[in-house]
Amino acid sequence: MSIQFLKTPRGIYNSLLILLCVFMPIIAPLIGQEFYTDVVARVMIVTIAAISLNFIMGYGGMISFGHAIFVGIGGYSVGILASHGIESAYIQWPVGILMSGLFALIIGAISLRTRGVYFIMITLAFAQMMYFLSVSVEKYGSDDGLTIDARSDFGLSFFDLNDAMTMYYTAFMLMVGCLYLNFRIVNSRFGRVLRAGKSNNERMATIGYPTFRYKLVAFVIAGMMCGLSGLLSANFEDFVSPDLLFWTFSGELIFMVVLGGMGTIMGPLGGAMIFLFLTEILSNITEAWHLIFGPFLILVVLFARGGVEGFLKKYEDPNG
Amino acid sequence: MDYILLAEQFFNGFQLGIILFLVAAGLTLIFGIMDLVNLAHGTLYMFGAFFAATFVQLTDSLVLGMILTLPAMLIAGLILELSVLRTLYERDHLDQVLATFGLIIFFNELFLIVWGAEGTGINLPPYLSGLITLPGGITVPDYRVVIIISGLLVAVLLYLLVSKTRIGMLIRAGASNREMVGALGINIKLLFTLVFGLGAVLAGFAGMIITPITQAESGMGEGMLILAFVVIVIGGIGSIKGAFIAAILTGLIDTMGRSFIDVALMSFMDSVAAETAGPAISSMLIYILMAVILAIKPSGLFPPKGA
Repeated sequence: MSIQFLKTPRGIYNSLLILLCVFMPIIAPLIGQEFYTDVVARVMIVTIAAISLNFIMGYGGMISFGHAIFVGIGGYSVGILASHGIESAYIQWPVGILMSGLFALIIGAISLRTRGVYFIMITLAFAQMMYFLSVSVEKYGSDDGLTIDARSDFGLSFFDLNDAMTMYYTAFMLMVGCLYLNFRIVNSRFGRVLRAGKSNNERMATIGYPTFRYKLVAFVIAGMMCGLSGLLSANFEDFVSPDLLFWTFSGELIFMVVLGGMGTIMGPLGGAMIFLFLTEILSNITEAWHLIFGPFLILVVLFARGGVEGFLKKYEDPNG
Repeated sequence: MDYILLAEQFFNGFQLGIILFLVAAGLTLIFGIMDLVNLAHGTLYMFGAFFAATFVQLTDSLVLGMILTLPAMLIAGLILELSVLRTLYERDHLDQVLATFGLIIFFNELFLIVWGAEGTGINLPPYLSGLITLPGGITVPDYRVVIIISGLLVAVLLYLLVSKTRIGMLIRAGASNREMVGALGINIKLLFTLVFGLGAVLAGFAGMIITPITQAESGMGEGMLILAFVVIVIGGIGSIKGAFIAAILTGLIDTMGRSFIDVALMSFMDSVAAETAGPAISSMLIYILMAVILAIKPSGLFPPKGA
């Protein structure tokens, strides 16, 4: 990334997004809106899930309508282990990420045998299956959810997630890490094969690439990254509930990716930021904010397909 | 195991299967012909429930209210198609999913505001509130028999419409090759609108006949929508026959699973473990069924020909 890029509208917009994340804990008290810090913390956590979805959807062409399932698995890993008194982060976090990866492997192996709309419906059905499972297990709170008494314990005096700033900047660092990881993977050889498979799967298969395996690996990476988002969410909210797995959350994740600009590195952050602040503001104005939000969503889909990134790109280069 | 309970649960499962078929048939037709993923199909089911409840309350007659619901559903379906959905046919599946997701959000909120969280309902008139006793001491509520018979009747009518009439011929032709039908001089736009209207009426009919035993409430469509997805994925997208078989299968497995799985588990587990695992497993049964069928036949039981 050159200095020149930072002077373009997209560069300015993306820099602003990052600066907002870095300085929100300072800005929020100054403008007397302390809770904005919490909103941005949520934005960063959700962004990790959106990056993961954007990775398979925007670069791999896999429209997963059940991506919330991995957020739920990550979250419940913390919740369930904590309810059994296992609070060590060194157990909770690997378990959460590995479980998400394992589920992604199973779901991916079945779902990726199908294409297009089947894939959308099957991922949705799997997420719904886990949703009903989480609702029906009374031991772990069923639909009331599970309150987490203690955040993941790293056993370090200087690194304690109970400290609000530590929690905030942990989320920030992990989000930046995921953005960078996504950037590196997408531009690697693996990422190029994945993207080529999106634009023409048959051709890639004919050249001799095992596209199924590439997609499955990508799906598992995305599942693990999304599980990380769930781990953070459980720690930040001190609570997990079946809502994390509900299909509307999967739909919202898709919308965030599209709103920010699908298939762009920074799109998920912009999408999540706009989405969460918009819902925050709308729900303060009126209880019936969904009445405005639904048509807004439709209008974005019909008229602003490329999202914010797409809009800015067009602005920079009207012929491009 | 007590066979009366078994028979009663069989009826309940069959009834769920019929309702599922009515929703899934429209969904699979709309997808098969227009290539449109319509998440708002569950919303049409909700429309049917609220329209029926409103008309029945206004006219004070179950039959009259229900007769009025069907043309109202047709009109609602046509309005929806002409205003929003028509612009989506040319778009890719992702756009369709998102835009119809927006429709769901909007209508759920709208219905919540108008009717409140508790929704509304239909009280059955006395002549339908009784029980029918079948040979062997099995009792079935009158109204459930009405649901099953009317649902089967609609299924037969749909079959006749699709396989014996000119419209049905165009629908089948459209499902196997859209462009060719258009090239042969058929007004494909009109055909799309009609098919969407038909799907709306079917989903509305399902929502309508179920309301007297459940309730009309905001958000009722989505559970049904996701089950209908499972049904058409199992049955093969675009296939009415597949939708029927898969719907009945799904209805029976889901209902029977919920009632009998803990009994079955108790035969090899202690009862506490069985009571914990029972609800968890039964709620997952149909998804497991779907996963197994897809692992064997990725395009469902009856994949459409030529696709």
